Amino acid sequence: MSTDRLAVRKTYKLYVNGAFPRSESGRTYEVTDPKGGFLANASWASRKDARDAVVAARAAFAKWSGATAYNRGQVLYRVAEVMEGRHAQFCDEVAAGEGLSGSRARAAVDAAIDRWVWYAGWTDKLGAVLGGANPVAGPYFDFSLPEPTGVVAVLAPQRSSLLGLVSVLAPVLAGGNTAVVVTSRTRPLPAVTLGEVLATSDVPAGVANLLTGDAGEIGPWLAEHDDVDAIDLTGAPAEQAMELERLAAGSIKRVVRPPAEEPDWSANPGLTRLTPFLETKTVWHPMGL
Amino acid sequence: MTQLFEYAPAPESRSIVDIAPSYGLFVDGEFVDGSGTPFTTVNPATEEVLSEVASATDADVDRAVRAARRAFTRVWGPMRPADRGKYLFRIARLLQERAREFAVLESLDNGKPIRESRDVDVPLAAAHFFYHAGWADKLDWAGLGPGPKPLGVAGQVIPWNFPLLMLAWKVAPALATGNTVVLKPAETTPLTALLFAEVCRQADLPPGVVNIVTGAGDTGRAVVAHEDVDKVAFTGSTEVGRSIARAVAGTRKKLTLELGGKAANIVFDDAPIDQAVEGIVRGVFFNQGHVCCAGSRLLVQENVHDEVIASLQRRIGTLRLGDPLDKNTDIGAINSAEQLARIRELSDVGEAEGASRWQPACELPDRGWWFPPTVFTDVSPAHRIARDEVFGPVLSVLTFRTPDEAVAKANNTTYGLSAGIWTEKGSRILAIADRLRAGVVWANTFNEFDPTSPFGGYKQSGYGREGGRHGLAAYLQEADK
Repeated sequence: MSTDRLAVRKTYKLYVNGAFPRSESGRTYEVTDPKGGFLANASWASRKDARDAVVAARAAFAKWSGATAYNRGQVLYRVAEVMEGRHAQFCDEVAAGEGLSGSRARAAVDAAIDRWVWYAGWTDKLGAVLGGANPVAGPYFDFSLPEPTGVVAVLAPQRSSLLGLVSVLAPVLAGGNTAVVVTSRTRPLPAVTLGEVLATSDVPAGVANLLTGDAGEIGPWLAEHDDVDAIDLTGAPAEQAMELERLAAGSIKRVVRPPAEEPDWSANPGLTRLTPFLETKTVWHPMGL
Repeated sequence: MTQLFEYAPAPESRSIVDIAPSYGLFVDGEFVDGSGTPFTTVNPATEEVLSEVASATDADVDRAVRAARRAFTRVWGPMRPADRGKYLFRIARLLQERAREFAVLESLDNGKPIRESRDVDVPLAAAHFFYHAGWADKLDWAGLGPGPKPLGVAGQVIPWNFPLLMLAWKVAPALATGNTVVLKPAETTPLTALLFAEVCRQADLPPGVVNIVTGAGDTGRAVVAHEDVDKVAFTGSTEVGRSIARAVAGTRKKLTLELGGKAANIVFDDAPIDQAVEGIVRGVFFNQGHVCCAGSRLLVQENVHDEVIASLQRRIGTLRLGDPLDKNTDIGAINSAEQLARIRELSDVGEAEGASRWQPACELPDRGWWFPPTVFTDVSPAHRIARDEVFGPVLSVLTFRTPDEAVAKANNTTYGLSAGIWTEKGSRILAIADRLRAGVVWANTFNEFDPTSPFGGYKQSGYGREGGRHGLAAYLQEADK
C-alpha cells in the first residue's frame, strides 16, 4: 500500500443559508496550529456576510420555531449521529487547532457530540419545566409557556473551537431560535466541519449560520443589527464587550455577557444557556358556561 | 348509503415480518424456555395460529426478577444517566427503523387496522422512548428535588389493546429513571414485545435491564407478588387492578394503576357538528373501541340530538370493516373470542333493558372475530351499557339540556379516565373541564396522545400518571434527606 499519496485538501468556507459560500469580500486569513504551522486559509467574513446570514436566519425562523419540539429534538439528535461518523476528523482538527493531545481532543469531541444529545432531549421538556398553569384569583385559565426569542447572534468562544462552539450554538437551536455564529478567530476549522454536519443533518437551511472571522470586527454590526433579537457575547474581545452591550441596547437585545474567563465547557450546563434565549408568553382565557 | 365507487383491496404485505414457530421468555438478555405449558397466539382476523409462546411459572418469574435485580445493582443503577439516555435513544431509533415490521406484526397479533398500528401505535411508541431518553440525565428537573433515585425492579403487566405502545409507556419511563423491568405482555398479544426484546439486543442493552415473561394471569400474579419487586405498574381492567391493589397491600411496593373507563363525550348545540361527529367516531371506534379512554358515552344536547345521530349514522355507514392489513380498513377484528362474547352479551343486555340498537349494513368476514360498529340510543343512565365498560365498538347515546346536567351525567360513573367536550365556546370548555372528574379532558378533539402529556385516571380508573413530567414520579423517589 502506498503511503505517500498526496492528500486532497479541503477549502474552508462560510456556512450561510445551508450553502458554503466564500466571503463576499474575497478575503481569507491564514489559520495555523499553536506553533505557527500552516493549517488552511479560512474565509474572513465581512459585514455583508453577517447581514446575509441574519437575513437567512430570519427567513428560517418561522419554520424552525414552528416545528414541533419532538421534531426539533430529533433533528438535533441527528446532528449527534452524523458528528459521530466524523469523530476522527473532528479529533484531528481539534488536536491541530488547539494543540491538544489525542486523548484530550477525543474527550472534547466526545463531549461536543454528547452535548447535542443533551439539548436534543430538552426541546420537548422546556414547556413543562419552564412553563405551567398560573392559579390566578379569578375565573380564568391562565398559563405561561416559553417561546424562542428569534434570531440570536453568537460570538463563539475563542479557545474551545468545537466543544465551546457546540455549547453555545446547540442551546440556541434547542429553544427554537435561529443563529448567526462568529467562530473562534484563530481556531475556526472545526466550525466549518460542523457546518458540513449541520448541512447533512436535516437542520433546515438558515437555522444555523457559521461565519469564520473576527468577532471584534463583525460583532458590532451584529450587536446593532435591528433584526437580531439577542446576542451572546461569550467570545467577544474583553475590551469590546461593554461597547457591544451598549450597541445591543439600541434594539433592546437580550445580552449574554462574556464570562471573565472562558469556562470549562465540559461542565453540565443545566438550563443556563437555554433560558436567556426564551421569552415567556402568558395566555389568559375566561372560564364560564 | 350507496358507495360512489368500490375500493380495491390494498393489503400491506406481511412478508416484512418473520414469525418464529415458537418463542421463549426473554430473561437476562437471552431467550430461554419457560417451565409452564406453552400457549398459542392467534390472528384474530383469521383464527390462524401465529406462534407458540412460552409460559412463565413462578420459578421463571423469579429468575427474571433476579436478573433484573442484578442488572439494577451492578449495571443500570450505577450507569451514568446520560448513557442510560443513549440506550433509550438507540431503542427509539431502532423502533423507527423497524416501524413497518412492528406495525404489521401488531396488526397480525392484535387485529387492529394497519392504518392505526402504522400511524399511531408504533410512531407513538418510538416517541415515548425518544422523549424519555432525554429525561435520563435531566431528572433534577423532574420536580422531585435534586438527585431523585430509582425504585429498583419494576414489575409491569400490560394489556392487549395497544401491546407495543403500552410496553413503551411502561418500559421507557422505568428505564429512563434508572429502574430495571420485568414485563408481562398480554396472553393474546405477546409478539411485538418479543420483537422488542430483539430490539433491546440490537441496542446492546445490558442483559437483565429488560426481561419479558409471557404467560396468562398466573404469570402476571407472580410478577406482582414477587417479594423483590419494588414497583408494580398495571394497565388493564378495574377488576384485575383491584386484585393487584389487594396483593400489594401491606408491602413496600409502589403501585400505579391505569384501569377502565366509561368516558363521556359531551356535544353542545353550538359545536361544529361535522367535526364533532368525526370526533365521536374516532372516540369510540378507534381500535375497535378497545380503548380504556374511549368516548363510549355520547352526551348530546337534546336540541341537536336528531341532527347529530343522523350525521353520525351516515358517517358510520362509510366505515370499512375487515382485513386489518388492508390500508383502507377502519375497523379491524375483535382481539379474542372471549372479548367478542363480552361485547355481544353487553349489547344484548342493552336491548333487553330497553335501549335501541342501530348497526350499519355491514358484512362480517366468515372467519375471525368481528363486531360491527354499534350505536345505542334511548339509553338511560341506569342501563348497563351506560355504566359498564364494553371495550368494544359500541356507543351509548344519552341526552342533556343544560351544562349542569351534562356535568352531572358525565360524572355519574365509577370511572374517571377521560372525557370530551365539543363546543365553539372556549370559556365553556374550560368551565366544563374544570368540573369533570376525569384525568384527561379533550376539547374539540378526542383520543390524542403524546409522550409529553400525562395520562391517567380519577376514581376507579386508577391512579398515577404515565407520560410527561408527572409520569416520572411513578418510578422515582426523592433523594435521602
